Amino acid sequence: MHLSLCGNTGIFTFNFTFLFFKMPVNSTHYLFLSLLLFSIGIMGALMRRNAIIIFMCIELMLNAVNLLLVAFSKIYGDADAQLFVFFIMVVAAAEVAVGLAIIVMMYRKVHSVDINILNRLKH
Amino acid sequence: MDIYDILFWILSALAVGCALGVILSRNPVNSVMFLIVTFFAISGHYVLMNAQFLAIVNIIVYAGAIMVLFLFVIMLMNLNADVEPQKGQMVQLAGVISGGVLFLVILASIKTAKTEYMDKASTDIGLITNLGKVLFTKYVLPFEISSVLFLSAMIGAVVIGKKEDAKPPSKADEAEMKQFL
Repeated sequence: MHLSLCGNTGIFTFNFTFLFFKMPVNSTHYLFLSLLLFSIGIMGALMRRNAIIIFMCIELMLNAVNLLLVAFSKIYGDADAQLFVFFIMVVAAAEVAVGLAIIVMMYRKVHSVDINILNRLKH
Repeated sequence: MDIYDILFWILSALAVGCALGVILSRNPVNSVMFLIVTFFAISGHYVLMNAQFLAIVNIIVYAGAIMVLFLFVIMLMNLNADVEPQKGQMVQLAGVISGGVLFLVILASIKTAKTEYMDKASTDIGLITNLGKVLFTKYVLPFEISSVLFLSAMIGAVVIGKKEDAKPPSKADEAEMKQFL
């Protein structure tokens, strides 16, 4: 199956529908999966107004990157990438601790987690 | 198609489906549950790629600690689908379109990437023996710095989350209030 989105310019031509599913798993599959998870995270962060859900979408994006790092670590047989994943997890844990404290404080002040209320700096 | 490929497709479908559940479900508690399932699927991917240490750490840190913290905060605030703020249809559509455009742009750029085939035989680079050796020789300085980061994050969370103590009204305040009464 041949899918073309921009005529014959060749920029957006894909030719993978059946081939992609039949191929043995390789780096392209992991790139595609991470990209999909990352895009879902971006969409969630743009779509939702609940500050906690936006935070969870950021965690989802971090995990998509982690998955890709581990995949390339496996492909190239290198342990460094797995340690980078370890450090990303450390930073994510610290970020969540501080971020949730900020959200709880915000809830105490305005009794809502709606981010549209937090536009005081504009006025 | 061997067992590795079958497991890859099952885990990928689970991860992507539950990630969609996170952003689409109205109730924040359901979102947290979907995100936990997504993290378990990603841990399954790690096991598949012989990164057992990271798989366990992912479950302990993400599913065990971070998501429990999220769930705790959501239940503390008593959030549910009724009080969930919703964006307008147009803003949601704009979010989906801009996310989709980002997806297409990166897809177009990785289309030309060289395909690397992985050796599916088990290796020991993801085991704790090997990772510990690298962590405490090559990356010992970042490891120590990350402990300082954790300490400062902990202090920051305590300082931010502390309630400002309400002082009892002083004599001057009471006198001032009596003027208005």
